Amino acid sequence: MNLDYSQFFHMMPEVTLMALLVIVFIVDFVTAHKAPIVLTDEKTGPSPRPWFNPLVCIFMLAHILVNICPTESASVFGEMYVTSPMIGVVKTILAFGTLIVFIQARTWLSRPDSTFKEGEFYMLIISTLLGMNMMVSANHFLLFFLGLEMASVPMACLVAFDKYRHNSAEAGAKFILTATFSSGVMLYGLTFIYADAGSLYFNEVAKNLSATPMTLMGMVFFFSGLGFKISLVPFHFWTADTYQGAPTTITGYLSVVSKGAAAFTLCTILMHVFGALMQQWQYLLGIVIVLSITIANLFAIRQTELKRFMAFSSISQAGYIMLAVMGNSGMGVTALTYYILVYVVANMSVFTIISAIEERNNGVTDMDAYNGLYSTNPKLAFLMTLALFSLGGIPPFAGMFSKFFVFMAALEQGSAWAYLIVFIALINTVISLYYYLLIVKAMYINKSENPLPAFKSDCNTRLALAICTLGVALFGVCSYVYDWIFAAL
Amino acid sequence: MIPVELLLGLSTVLFFIGFFGFVTRRNLIAMLISIELVLNSVDINFAVFNRILHPGELEGFYFSLFSIGINAAETAVAIAIILNVYRRFHSDQVNSIENMKL
Repeated sequence: MNLDYSQFFHMMPEVTLMALLVIVFIVDFVTAHKAPIVLTDEKTGPSPRPWFNPLVCIFMLAHILVNICPTESASVFGEMYVTSPMIGVVKTILAFGTLIVFIQARTWLSRPDSTFKEGEFYMLIISTLLGMNMMVSANHFLLFFLGLEMASVPMACLVAFDKYRHNSAEAGAKFILTATFSSGVMLYGLTFIYADAGSLYFNEVAKNLSATPMTLMGMVFFFSGLGFKISLVPFHFWTADTYQGAPTTITGYLSVVSKGAAAFTLCTILMHVFGALMQQWQYLLGIVIVLSITIANLFAIRQTELKRFMAFSSISQAGYIMLAVMGNSGMGVTALTYYILVYVVANMSVFTIISAIEERNNGVTDMDAYNGLYSTNPKLAFLMTLALFSLGGIPPFAGMFSKFFVFMAALEQGSAWAYLIVFIALINTVISLYYYLLIVKAMYINKSENPLPAFKSDCNTRLALAICTLGVALFGVCSYVYDWIFAAL
Repeated sequence: MIPVELLLGLSTVLFFIGFFGFVTRRNLIAMLISIELVLNSVDINFAVFNRILHPGELEGFYFSLFSIGINAAETAVAIAIILNVYRRFHSDQVNSIENMKL
């Protein structure tokens, strides 16, 4: 069989990412002698390779610009790999989130105790992004599985990145064990789907699948495997520890980009592949969504460590994201993608501020550090407030619009069951507002004996915050963004 | 030929031994071994379903092959991380790596 190399033109995002990976590898390999391994607790010092981070950011921006035009639908490599305008939009959003992560990672990566790992950081993040792109584009369960593993194995290395810190090692162990276990459970479910359908192509499975107890069991196993990755509630035990232990930048990446890719893939698979089992999975999904939103909200209220708090907040946000799938319509896919985009800017804004404060607070991310922040750092407190309002869904910020579209998409189904779930989700919005406002209260109202002294952030943190805040403020009121996603459908 | 019930029984038993081990064992290496049992049951299942239900095709066999390869990569990373945990905590018990709690 001859391989037609022109097929690669249809997978431009992967090709450019691969090129980026090779470039970063060569640059790191050639200049590694400038940043020798030093084991020191020194937190400040000149970075030996100050040009590295801007270089990678520019290449990442180039990657986004090359692929921002919506691609036409195509399927290549024996229909294993498909692409469509919608998939192109999702890949652009994922790359945009990664760009913000790169921009804000500079402060952390120029510290003497992690600067020698800078190249590894970029390579690992780019390879997870490559895996997520593969997963989003997959049209065959084998390619989907390869993409999923390509995303989660380097992710485990990233979580355990700070290898001299106890928490990071602990978080890495918990992450890799649950990730492997969940992919095992997922594959076990997949075997029964294969037994019934006789093929692993998505459209073949969709055509041949029958609603028997065996396929139902397979679907439930498959769903729980992916539920682990998105951290929906009965499968969320790893989330809090992993988010708390991982370096803050990586927690941000884990909570937005990785979760967004997995949620979109679960959405396509449920809608297109398990169409024959729709009645059953809508029931299952409804229960899981209600549990995720409610339990995560209740746990979030009693957290005092901010990264752990954001972990529970992200579990409940994952519930809202999956709410869009309930409607089983094209509008649901749009609402889900839009929600991911808004979630990327709002959450990255919060994590950028967390890591800026962590740098000045000896690596501690307790909520006490935020007491009286407004009196010393009013601008930072204000930006944090905007991001938290957006996460909570207060108009006119983008978060309100994304929640609205998600609820509308869920209600399109029209059954009493969907109305009940949306009602519970609405009540939970109020609860989530309460705990987001706890942080705002700490910053503005709580008095502190010695609040964090005033500091000036470096230009990278400011740039990341500016992009995120612009997104939070404008993605909602500029209908152009929603139209862009909707047009790609 | 070995009856299909026996093969499927074997893979089911393997899966649940692995599941049970993952939940009850408190040692990181033992948990990793339990996960391997789960993954092996998946490989057996794919091969059996391909051989019995869809003879003449190769999709299931190929999936088994790829899954074996990827499991090896995952295990390598997991062992590296567990080694690092052992260096930090001087133990590979789950109770000793519970620094972070509410």
